[in-house]
Amino acid sequence: MARNILVVGELEGGELSSTTAELLALGTRLVDGGQVSVTLLGSGAGDAAGAAHAAGADTAYVSSDAGYDDFRSDQWVAAVEEAMGQSSPDAVFIAQSMAGRDLGPRLAFRNDTAVAMDCVSVEDDGGDLKATRSCYGGSAQATYSFATSPAVATIRAKSQDPLAEPSGGGDTVELSGAGDSRSTIVGREAAVSEGLQIQDAEIVVSGGRGLGDPEGFEVVEQLAAAIGTDKAAVGASRAAVDLGWYPTSQQVGLTGKVVTPDLYVAIAISGASQHMAGCSGSKTIVAINRDPEANIFTAARYGIVGDYKEVVPALIEAVNALD
Amino acid sequence: MHLVVCAKQIPDPETPPAAFRIDEANNEVIPAQGIPPVLSQFDGMAAEAALRIIEGAGEGKITVISLGQESAQAAIKQVLAMGADEGILLEDEALQGGDSYTTARTLAAAIEHLGDVDAVFCGRQAADWDMGQVGLGIAEILGWPSAIIGKDAKVEDGSMVVERVTGDGFETVSMPMPAVVTISNEIGDPRYPKLQQIMQAARKTVTRLDAGELGLDPSTVGDAGARLKLERLFIPVVEGEVELMEGETAEEQAQALAAALREAKIL
Repeated sequence: MARNILVVGELEGGELSSTTAELLALGTRLVDGGQVSVTLLGSGAGDAAGAAHAAGADTAYVSSDAGYDDFRSDQWVAAVEEAMGQSSPDAVFIAQSMAGRDLGPRLAFRNDTAVAMDCVSVEDDGGDLKATRSCYGGSAQATYSFATSPAVATIRAKSQDPLAEPSGGGDTVELSGAGDSRSTIVGREAAVSEGLQIQDAEIVVSGGRGLGDPEGFEVVEQLAAAIGTDKAAVGASRAAVDLGWYPTSQQVGLTGKVVTPDLYVAIAISGASQHMAGCSGSKTIVAINRDPEANIFTAARYGIVGDYKEVVPALIEAVNALD
Repeated sequence: MHLVVCAKQIPDPETPPAAFRIDEANNEVIPAQGIPPVLSQFDGMAAEAALRIIEGAGEGKITVISLGQESAQAAIKQVLAMGADEGILLEDEALQGGDSYTTARTLAAAIEHLGDVDAVFCGRQAADWDMGQVGLGIAEILGWPSAIIGKDAKVEDGSMVVERVTGDGFETVSMPMPAVVTISNEIGDPRYPKLQQIMQAARKTVTRLDAGELGLDPSTVGDAGARLKLERLFIPVVEGEVELMEGETAEEQAQALAAALREAKIL
């Protein structure tokens, strides 16, 4: 059954975000003869339409109004509603981003329909969409069907592959500029680490509560540096962040960032389900923990049972010794 | 000032993975033996944010509302012990078994029933289903502005000012009241009630309201009104078998790990 799918796109530095491309590819896999559309809002939206077409969009609904650059949910909801009015979607896909966490429920309740949040897969099951997502802090997974239309789903970053080959061109339709918002952004504080961001790193080295004190992160950082600051970034478990040992921006997990590096090194992290929700997509997980019963070892490919204070300095030496 | 805190009772998220079981025939979590349900931790943080506002203002009251069964009284009492003034339990067969949609509808009806609410505080998500949409649903139904994933909230000149966590830092948002705010763990640990407060809370009455008193048509709430249908609940299979590095010393183990990662072309 042909269905129309609308993707709520996001721009990063004026360019199509990688997650938007993943959602568009998901759309093309489920559209079954219908149309895939995308909304692009903010500075650079018009220029990003070409990239959105290549990523799978038949129609791009764009407004390059800089009023959309800061996310204010009421303005974005109005714009997406305008695109929904024109594209009549059967399903709306949104990234599980900071914006998406707000937009998904807002759009669903506005349209008197349901939203499934943070989905890792959406499939066509005999004509019905079925969405699967983790719950109970990642201990369980749930598959849902939608009783109402449109089905709204927010999708976890990196859970979908983008198109292998660029798709052909498409249409571009102008949306209205940003209207009034009831929210005023009165301040902003950047809390980002310098250099490589954990979402982009090939290798992530993370520390947890088992480090015992904030100074424990020094050896974690030294290990990342030994691997190479162009490749490796430092993450932290929520427990360590909540204790104030490491910045929120580096938190890996259900309520932090989702990372999918080639290598994830978990140091003194027990491996609670909510942490694994942020790193289980890593290609290879290495666990270093004193407790041989720690949950992290069930997900790890390689492990060392031991005190990180001895193991990590030794590992730094061993890594430096590799040519 | 009248603030509402929405509180949910959930299975303890600290339940060890080995004790976490699912009844796949009924798509339900089997309560772990000897581990009582708890107040969803983000809801305790929402209560903390509301209490700080009332303390700062020096006046006002907090009503805690929970949709649940009789046992959810414990979650309400916990927020009362923290310092909330009144409790409401939305308990009715017709209200059970719903989804986030019907939960938001029901809570919104209770907030309208109260009538004079200036702001609603919810946890960023309940630590069982992890959906994170009830607060926003309440805001949408009531037509109120909202700010989600807050680490702190203040009332300034009649506006709700929320410092919220974004992917790359923090953002401070001001919005008119009434408004909905959801609170994240960045606020820090909520206060722990003193024994005297726990005893006082035990004596506070909890009002009960059912679907009829809320003016809700039973066909629109609970299981009957749910928009999301749970088809399957399961524990994901974790693949992989860990290879523990052998060696007499940390040095030997570390060298074995570096060698294994090199052999696998990862390092």
